Amino acid sequence: MSSHTQHSGYSVGGLVKWIDSRLPVFTYLQKEYGEFPAPRNFNYWWNFGAILSFMLVLMIFTGIFLAMQYTPHVSMAFDSVERIMRDVNYGWMLRYMHSNGATFFFIAVYIHLFRGLYYGSYKNPRELLWIFGVVILVLMMASAFTGYVLPWGQMSFWGATVITNLFSAIPLVGDWIVTWLWGGFAIDNPTLNRFFSLHFVLPFVIFAVVALHVVALHVTGSNNPLGIDPKGPQDTLPFHPYYTAKDSFGLAVWITLFAAVVFFAPNFFGEPENYLRANPLQTPAEIVPEWYFLPYFAILRSIDFDLWFIDAKLGGVIVMTGSILVLFVVPWLDRSPVRSARFRPVYKWFFWIFLLDCVLLGFVGGHRPDDLVFEGVKQLEFIDLGHVGTAWYFIHFLVIIPVLGMIEKTKPLPTSIAEPVLGGGQAAAGAAAKPMEKA
Amino acid sequence: MDIGKRLSRAAAIAVVTGLALLGGTTTDVGASETEHPEAQDWKFTGPFGKFDIAAIQRGLQVYLEVCSACHSLNQIAYRNLLDLGFNADEVKAIAAEYEVTDGPDDNGDMFERPARPSDKFVLPFANEKAARASNNGAFPTDLSLLAKAHPAGPDYIFAVLTGFDDPPDDVELGDGMNYNPYFSGKQIAMAQPLFEGSVEYSDGTKATVENMARDVANFLHWTAEPEMEDRKRIGWKVVLFLLVLSALLYATKRKVWSSVH
Ligand code: HEC
Ligand code: HEM
Repeated sequence: MSSHTQHSGYSVGGLVKWIDSRLPVFTYLQKEYGEFPAPRNFNYWWNFGAILSFMLVLMIFTGIFLAMQYTPHVSMAFDSVERIMRDVNYGWMLRYMHSNGATFFFIAVYIHLFRGLYYGSYKNPRELLWIFGVVILVLMMASAFTGYVLPWGQMSFWGATVITNLFSAIPLVGDWIVTWLWGGFAIDNPTLNRFFSLHFVLPFVIFAVVALHVVALHVTGSNNPLGIDPKGPQDTLPFHPYYTAKDSFGLAVWITLFAAVVFFAPNFFGEPENYLRANPLQTPAEIVPEWYFLPYFAILRSIDFDLWFIDAKLGGVIVMTGSILVLFVVPWLDRSPVRSARFRPVYKWFFWIFLLDCVLLGFVGGHRPDDLVFEGVKQLEFIDLGHVGTAWYFIHFLVIIPVLGMIEKTKPLPTSIAEPVLGGGQAAAGAAAKPMEKA
Repeated sequence: MDIGKRLSRAAAIAVVTGLALLGGTTTDVGASETEHPEAQDWKFTGPFGKFDIAAIQRGLQVYLEVCSACHSLNQIAYRNLLDLGFNADEVKAIAAEYEVTDGPDDNGDMFERPARPSDKFVLPFANEKAARASNNGAFPTDLSLLAKAHPAGPDYIFAVLTGFDDPPDDVELGDGMNYNPYFSGKQIAMAQPLFEGSVEYSDGTKATVENMARDVANFLHWTAEPEMEDRKRIGWKVVLFLLVLSALLYATKRKVWSSVH
């Protein structure tokens, strides 16, 4: 980078050096994205970090330009979004990129999260890295929820009503909190205004937490499909050009899929009824959240019984909150010294069952609790699946994972990443728990 | 991991994600009693779909001559008709047939003037109360976005307009209600708006109920997503570009990695 910089202070190289000696951004980039030693055996599931970074930047850019034309007022919001769609140059493109961007952002983050669960990326020494990840997920949910309210369609309004009303389940202060959130005694202009404000700022908070996430990553180094630590330079490759090339390819494929949806099926993931203006006097036949919230929605609604002094509503809120909070403590629930599910024959099966369980919960969330799962089978309503799915969700984290960590007989780990020849008689335990060696 | 295993794993992921997405989008809105609209053949479907401009123009005529007595179209301005192949003078003439209230003038008075191309389509009623008062308490939906606001879109519009029928014996119609199996609850406050010959087409198309319903559904699809043709045209360029870019990046990746494998 700086080999031919000596002759003058005016060349680009000279400027780079001048800046770098005062603020070492270029040294930093070179170190963290140039030489950064990455395990040589990443598969394409390791592409999603780059994809997520891209999605966040895309959301911020399209969002800022939407905000230039959007009007956060109950009597104008809906029309201002339609104006963006019709009269702003390429406004439809901005808006469809933003609304489908949220969908693709969540697809990517869920893949990223399940990748972590499969390969044990949350384990020592990456617990804090994982926690920042879960914080990002929670902030993304808050961003998407506040954003969905902005176009002020029927689902915007009624979705906001259902979700904010959940806070009223909190004993004693619940109603007071709801009034405080609304900025009044109903969802109205003050609510829309503050949601816009929050929606504008939260993604920048996400950006900051992503920075922490990445700094933490670069301290511990990346996990890899084998889940064992690199033992030396033969196990790693410099990030550039190897992973810049690989990530660029994966990202291009991802953007192609995204573009296909934006341009050819932009409303596929959306709820049609949100193209009806919000009407506080007319409740839609069914209030459904966006697809990425459906599993949580199913968990919320699966608590349809009172338990002791906890009524069904509060119970649902507690359990739904718990379903996210439990992710924070996964590093401590899983005591297995082996990271990657490749060497955990039993956990591997439970991983897939858990994934199916989440899909099932999503499916349940999209149906009314008392709808029949199969036409004509009176015994099986969606709420029954919701009960089973929710129970399994918690059993997986609170029973299966801790117990497997203690009793599972893991397969022998390879001696090193460069020599992934199995059966070398290497004991499983221990290797993964050793702190990362710096290559 | 061998490639077969890897592929089957990827396929499994794709299937379950697909299922998840299906779960997210299949939400039947009390469909058990309401009949599901039959899918029609539209020229605008699919990535190559285009507007049927002739049908849309006829649909505009149906809207202006029939539906606009009750239904507003509040996202559309007369100038938007330029996109349908009308020239500036024709658009001016269409607009001028309607009166809008403007003002205040220099004396502080409101006044009526003919609509201009920049005006939005004139609303049939001054406000929702007036609309309800004239429609037996029901509100005629704004039609601009209806094609996007109902899961079955234009199929639904076509089905409602052609679905009026005598009620079966076991159905008790409410006061001023009409039987229509496609409308939620099967009773609709709108009386059948289209009858054979309700409009007179100038291009020789027969004004059957089905033709008019199909034309007006085409028109309302256009009002819901007027950007559709631009979107698909640009979409093809973007997607083809990205496919080539992906291929090039794949080749680059192979080249870069060739020394490692
Ligand atoms: C005499 C007034 C009147 C005319 C003319 C009329 N409608 Fe309606 N329409 C209504 C009313 C009122 C409703 C609401 C019905 C209800 O809520 O039960 C309605 C409802 C509808 C619906 C169902 C909307 C929904 O929300 O599901 C469609 C579609 C529709 N009209 C299309 C048309 C079209 C197309 C035309 C022109 C061919 C037309 N209407 C002409 C009064 C009218
Ligand atoms: C984490 C990143 C973000 C997510 C997940 C997100 C999500 C969303 C969602 C789901 C919607 C509703 C889309 C619709 O159905 O119309 C929306 C709308 C909107 N967002 Fe964002 N957003 C993000 C970032 C931003 C940023 C940074 C800004 C502004 C600086 C912004 C500005 C807007 C505006 C103005 C709207 C209303 C226009 C519309 O509805 O299309 N967004 N957002």
